[in-house]
Amino acid sequence: MKTIADLLAEESLFQGLDKVTLEFVAGCGRNVHFSPEDRILTEGEAANTFYVLRSGSVALSFFVPGRGGVVIDTLGQGEVLGWSWLFEPYRWQFDAEAREEVAAVAFDGACLRAKCETDPHLGYVLTQRFAKVILGRLQSVRLRVLDVYGAGATD
Amino acid sequence: MSMALALPTDTRAADAMVPVPYRVVGRARETADTITLTLEPVEKAIATPVPGQFNMLYAFGVGEVPISVSAIDAGHRLRHTVRGVGAVSQQLCASEAGTVIGVRGPFGTDWGVESAMGSDVLVVAGGIGLAPLRPVVHELLRSRRRFRRVTVLVGARAPEEIVFRGEVASWQASARITVRTTVDYATAAWKGDVGVVPTLIERVTIDPEVTTVMICGPEVMLRFTAAEVLGRGIAAERVRVSMERNMQCGIGRCGHCQLGPVLVCTQGPVLPWSRVGPLLARREL
Repeated sequence: MKTIADLLAEESLFQGLDKVTLEFVAGCGRNVHFSPEDRILTEGEAANTFYVLRSGSVALSFFVPGRGGVVIDTLGQGEVLGWSWLFEPYRWQFDAEAREEVAAVAFDGACLRAKCETDPHLGYVLTQRFAKVILGRLQSVRLRVLDVYGAGATD
Repeated sequence: MSMALALPTDTRAADAMVPVPYRVVGRARETADTITLTLEPVEKAIATPVPGQFNMLYAFGVGEVPISVSAIDAGHRLRHTVRGVGAVSQQLCASEAGTVIGVRGPFGTDWGVESAMGSDVLVVAGGIGLAPLRPVVHELLRSRRRFRRVTVLVGARAPEEIVFRGEVASWQASARITVRTTVDYATAAWKGDVGVVPTLIERVTIDPEVTTVMICGPEVMLRFTAAEVLGRGIAAERVRVSMERNMQCGIGRCGHCQLGPVLVCTQGPVLPWSRVGPLLARREL
């Protein structure tokens, strides 16, 4: 049976980390499963956890009065759900809901923050990797702002 | 005094400039601003186009625009999907059954579907960019066994702006190919992905050594999608894109569609990314 460290080694966020570091990080992780429509994150609640999705799909949404839940992004296998555990005030900014059966590794944010405090190199490496994920999402949002499919785009 | 009319010495070129009358026999609304026209020749027909090629459609008295073929039927019927964004395309969209329009073509290069046989095929469409790729999907489905893994990624601004919505859903339901749709904006009722179409590239299985990629959509989307597929290890020669430029003559004479050394109307619209990618990175072009 695969350990959490084995599972993490398969995910792009952790690829290239040595075994000792992986096991150190894996100490803060556990396997979790969600059923379709399970609420994973709720806006405003304490952000103590983040997830690396192993399978399934999750919708990130924002409640807009009069419009209901507006889906702003969907995440799938290998993607990271949740950054708010990393930055004060440690509160979720959005809602997240499983759209199908989801398997993930859930990390205790406080545990990982404490490990990063004691091992600044690990903190630097993880921050770099999270920054890359955040940059990717920012690029995606910028493309959406461009409204690339808008009038005048093609034929 | 009488004057002799100077005729072009290249009669093939002259013929290519003469619109052939076609009658609108079908008109289907795809989205709020996009219509698919089915055309039949009034008398003589143009040659049968190949997936990826385009025709110049002439709204008499208004003007001419290049429009890709969005399906290839047996016989001489043509199907073109037109988004009404300018005077000519809006006039074409408004054409009711019985309207006669002019057709010149077919022009340009094709997707080279046959050359992808035996390989994986990844089709990526953004907005109305699905129209030129639709005949490719038809061919992939028709000859499914001749291709390995087939993946179709479709992006649009909102669910109601996906062209050929019903057909895309039927491709998904058939399970013969992998189809993923993504939109920029959605409510909770939407079950597809949310985000721009390049973000789907990292979510699909790709065997870079044997994958042929065909991309069509707005230029910004082409650039970001190409960057993603190259990032997955696919060689630029295996990535084909359909270019949108100001095609006017269709036969490489007028130069309006020129992109650096490339005349898009004759050397394109379908071009390998290895050729067109460096040109799109130059602002002066």
